[in-house]
Amino acid sequence: MRFSGGSASASEYDVIVVGLGHAGCEAALAAARLGRRTLGLTINMENIAHMPCNPSIGGPAKANLVREVDALGGEMGRNADATYVQIRMLNTQKGPAVRALRAQSDKRRYHARMKTVLENTPNLDIQQGIVTGLVLQGQRVCGVRMWTGEEIRGRAVVLTTGTYLRSLVHVGSTQVVSGPQAQITSGQLSEELKAMGLSLQRFKTGTPPRVAKDSLDFSKMAIQPGENVHTGFSFFSARRVPADRQLPCWLTYTNERVHELIAENFDRAPVYSGDIQGVGPRYCPSIEVKVHDFPDKPAHQLFVEPEGWESGEMYLAGLSTSLPADVQRRMVAMIRGLEHAFITRLGYAIEYDALDPLQLWPSLAVKGWEGLFAAGQINGTSGYEEAAAQGLLAGINAARYVQGLAPVILGRDRAYIGVLIDDLVTRGTREPYRMLTSRAEYRLLLRQDNADVRLWDVAREVGLLPPERLRMVEAKLEGERALRRALARGRLGNTPFVARWLAERGSAPVRDGMSLEELLRRPEIRIDEVLALAAAEQLMDQDWREPLRRGCRRWEPLAAQQVLENVEQEVKYAGYIARQQAAVERFRRLEDRRIPEGLDYAAIPGLSNEGREKLQRVRPVSVGQAARISGVSPADVSIVLLHLDRMSRARGRGEGTGEGEGRG
Amino acid sequence: MAVGEDVDTIVAVATPPGIGGIAVVRLSGPEAFSVVSQVVQGRRGPLVRRRRGWEVHLGRAVDGQGQVIDEVIVTWMPAPFSYTREDVAEISCHGGMAAVQRVLSECLRRGARLAEPGEFTRRAFVNGRIDLAQAEAVLSVVEARSDAGLRMAVQQMDGALSRAVKAMRRDLLGVVSEIEATVDFPDEDIPVRPVEQVQAVVADARQQVEALLATAPAGRAFHEGVTTAIVGRPNAGKSSLLNALVQQERAIVTEVPGTTRDVVEEWANLDGVPVRLWDTAGIRRPADRLEQAGVERARAALQAADLLLLVVDGSQPLSQEDWQIRDMVAAHAAILVLNKADLGQVLTGEELQRFWGDKPRVRVSAKTGLGMDNLRRAVVEQSVGPAQGRLGAVVVINARHEHLLRRAAEALAAAEKTLADGMPMDLASGDLRLAVSALGEIVGESVGEELLDEIFGRFCIGK
Repeated sequence: MRFSGGSASASEYDVIVVGLGHAGCEAALAAARLGRRTLGLTINMENIAHMPCNPSIGGPAKANLVREVDALGGEMGRNADATYVQIRMLNTQKGPAVRALRAQSDKRRYHARMKTVLENTPNLDIQQGIVTGLVLQGQRVCGVRMWTGEEIRGRAVVLTTGTYLRSLVHVGSTQVVSGPQAQITSGQLSEELKAMGLSLQRFKTGTPPRVAKDSLDFSKMAIQPGENVHTGFSFFSARRVPADRQLPCWLTYTNERVHELIAENFDRAPVYSGDIQGVGPRYCPSIEVKVHDFPDKPAHQLFVEPEGWESGEMYLAGLSTSLPADVQRRMVAMIRGLEHAFITRLGYAIEYDALDPLQLWPSLAVKGWEGLFAAGQINGTSGYEEAAAQGLLAGINAARYVQGLAPVILGRDRAYIGVLIDDLVTRGTREPYRMLTSRAEYRLLLRQDNADVRLWDVAREVGLLPPERLRMVEAKLEGERALRRALARGRLGNTPFVARWLAERGSAPVRDGMSLEELLRRPEIRIDEVLALAAAEQLMDQDWREPLRRGCRRWEPLAAQQVLENVEQEVKYAGYIARQQAAVERFRRLEDRRIPEGLDYAAIPGLSNEGREKLQRVRPVSVGQAARISGVSPADVSIVLLHLDRMSRARGRGEGTGEGEGRG
Repeated sequence: MAVGEDVDTIVAVATPPGIGGIAVVRLSGPEAFSVVSQVVQGRRGPLVRRRRGWEVHLGRAVDGQGQVIDEVIVTWMPAPFSYTREDVAEISCHGGMAAVQRVLSECLRRGARLAEPGEFTRRAFVNGRIDLAQAEAVLSVVEARSDAGLRMAVQQMDGALSRAVKAMRRDLLGVVSEIEATVDFPDEDIPVRPVEQVQAVVADARQQVEALLATAPAGRAFHEGVTTAIVGRPNAGKSSLLNALVQQERAIVTEVPGTTRDVVEEWANLDGVPVRLWDTAGIRRPADRLEQAGVERARAALQAADLLLLVVDGSQPLSQEDWQIRDMVAAHAAILVLNKADLGQVLTGEELQRFWGDKPRVRVSAKTGLGMDNLRRAVVEQSVGPAQGRLGAVVVINARHEHLLRRAAEALAAAEKTLADGMPMDLASGDLRLAVSALGEIVGESVGEELLDEIFGRFCIGK
């Protein structure tokens, strides 16, 4: 929706977002929904929120990102819920920290719905065009220059260019200067960023071939059906597709003949021929790299995944490749079930430019340039969810920058988004960065089930959640407290009914009375069973759903379900959670020691050379962040602490809290 | 010490070893006051801090059974008005080295950790109390105190410890990477070992860590010295033996029984092991009150020492006093020293067997030096193990290492419990990573990227 009625080029936007992929969409929506006049620019309007690689969203750690985006008022969760063709809950046999939703998405519908949302958002214009440069005034970015020579003024610019910077596509020895899926690329912007003194690195990623659905023999593959999952990605969406109406995925395997063929053609693979200089992600190796690095493995899994309800194409997950076309065709035909497969699109590798993320503040603002932000693949990450998470924060912080507000920065103890951004801006990355649960120190606290209540205070401060939803989260918090109280108070007597009830579930008898909470701690007892028992025996003195009925109204059943899930985890794993909370307290001590922005490390005696150089480069905002920089030793950190102490003593009182906030 | 971990409370004897009138036990860290108030009782009940600044209290140090160790003076120096800028407490003891040693062990038992050499100074530096140059000067003195041979032994043992720790760490990292790989890539066909095997690896690591921890006392011998008390009836030649061991005239040696009224302390370097020798007053029925005090200190020394040398006059038949003292030392690590070998041996093998059994015994003449080498060897063997294996042996000799190993052992025990409770493996993974990182701190390796390297190096992952 245009804010100015006609062409906006004459007036000034508050925020301009360059690129409307998963990062750009969140950034543009966040800025516009926060009341900033926002422009979203894309090379192709038909590729808004496009999924150029796998047709899925979520999975371990990634689902947590999506839930956090949702909790803070982003769009990804709802868009995914509205357009999935299959959904599953992964890791259900594992601990609560690592359970994760994953959906197969309908690519076209995902794009179409997101485009509609953008089009219907007040304060937001979206426009097709290629950005070739930035409009600069001194060290301030104040707009973008289009390929047509037009200049569009904006007070803040968010770069979400994905893989489009100087991208180069490889299929065998064939190289095409192109964006993903034969899109136009933008090389000039890359040069301009270099001219601004920013350092770029070259990354590589890739995608497998797509095949025509009607050319496959599914009878030779194992079916992977969807599941009846009672939750969605969004805490606020109720669409559920029953398992029998979801689309299945299919499992097949490569074999030794395929591997022999690939090995014979290593010299024609761009990753080994020297054609590709970019660094690829280790967790997403191409099939040639898998065969090369794991020669003893006789077969590799291959998931055949639908690209949408109406799409006639299937995605071959596990077969990412940039081998020459003839090898791709022969290889596919050697795979069980794919003997007659018709390749509709070849697999390819793509190289692209990315910023070294050490050049970013934790707010995702670019150091040294006022009004410039970056999010998504340009920051060295890979993955739709990682992009969306950064886009949301960059959009929020660009809007806050325009408003003169302090940026929102999430700690590693608060959110996967915090872990993601902290890793990027503190440690940098030398390969496309993917979120993993093992990167989070406090993953039991950063569960997908508690994202909204966990981030409630941040959401309230940011102001992206519509009031109705914020009220729902508040009601949930109240409901949780009420339920915890009721569980702690309700006592189980040793009645014959209870004895029988426990025996039926193979659970030990009660000796001298036991609280409902203690009962719930037993691994074999679920929360719904406890509540049913409590109702039958009238053991709960309080109606924990009352706050939900008051605060959520039509969302009440959904909210109740979420409260149950969260409380169940909190009770069952209370000991583990308490220990992580204790660890967080220790972590916070150094995190809360802020470092003033202009601290001159050259003037601090006693630092190691490497430590000094790294500190100067990263310019950490807290002592905690400083301690995480590789090359900064514990001794260096002690010296910094000492120096800060002296400074604050020299100044008299106060510790300078707040001075070290990352730039907005 | 890694930044970010809890700052612990350290303790050490702050006064130089010797027979000064007063010895000071110093504590620094957040728990300094609470540890001291558990060890020292005021005259009218527990010690209470009244003001925010410095304070001095008279009190009595007591052991775990409530037995009084010594009358002491406690000085409180709250942060930042102290040498380290942390809360510092000092306990001044009067009762000689034996009392100091017992006060120190009480502080350790109440949760303080033995300070590494120079650690008070390092903290003073880190907390801005002194500058780098001052700190370096102090630390260089601290390091120069241990002799070259000792340093070499320490380095060799560090090497052996590193190898042991690295191997353990590798095994655990292997388990963690497996768990993490299956968690982050649930659809991949990653080979997972059954929980029993994981349990076995964890249990094995915990046992190894505990075995290492069990060597800590021997390791401590290297860095604090082995406290060896010389006991025996009057005129058995205890002071002469002390002199012979330190090879200089120190204690007063006379023919009058009961001359040594206090506990005399000396240091000797035996094969690179620093040995703190205590010569105690001859234990017998005291003739006067002054001697009485000496005898009591001898008994206290006996309790606090790591090793006892029971000296008997081998040229004379065993007296009733000898038998009484033998009964007193029966529960301790002790060596029987048959002194005055130059005057001939009257004790038969059968008598000795009845008196001392198969426990170690050495015949010496403190006067001529006969058998003294054997005695030195025996003392070293008793305190740090046989010389043969020692150079290659894995011994924990550093308080920081001990602390980290203890943390690893706790984390491993927690992981074992999680697995035994049938909890999902990823819940144990956090504790296993804590153990890996504690072990890593010993050898200077950090987790983080390394875990991912391991995951992606071992498992074929990704679509």
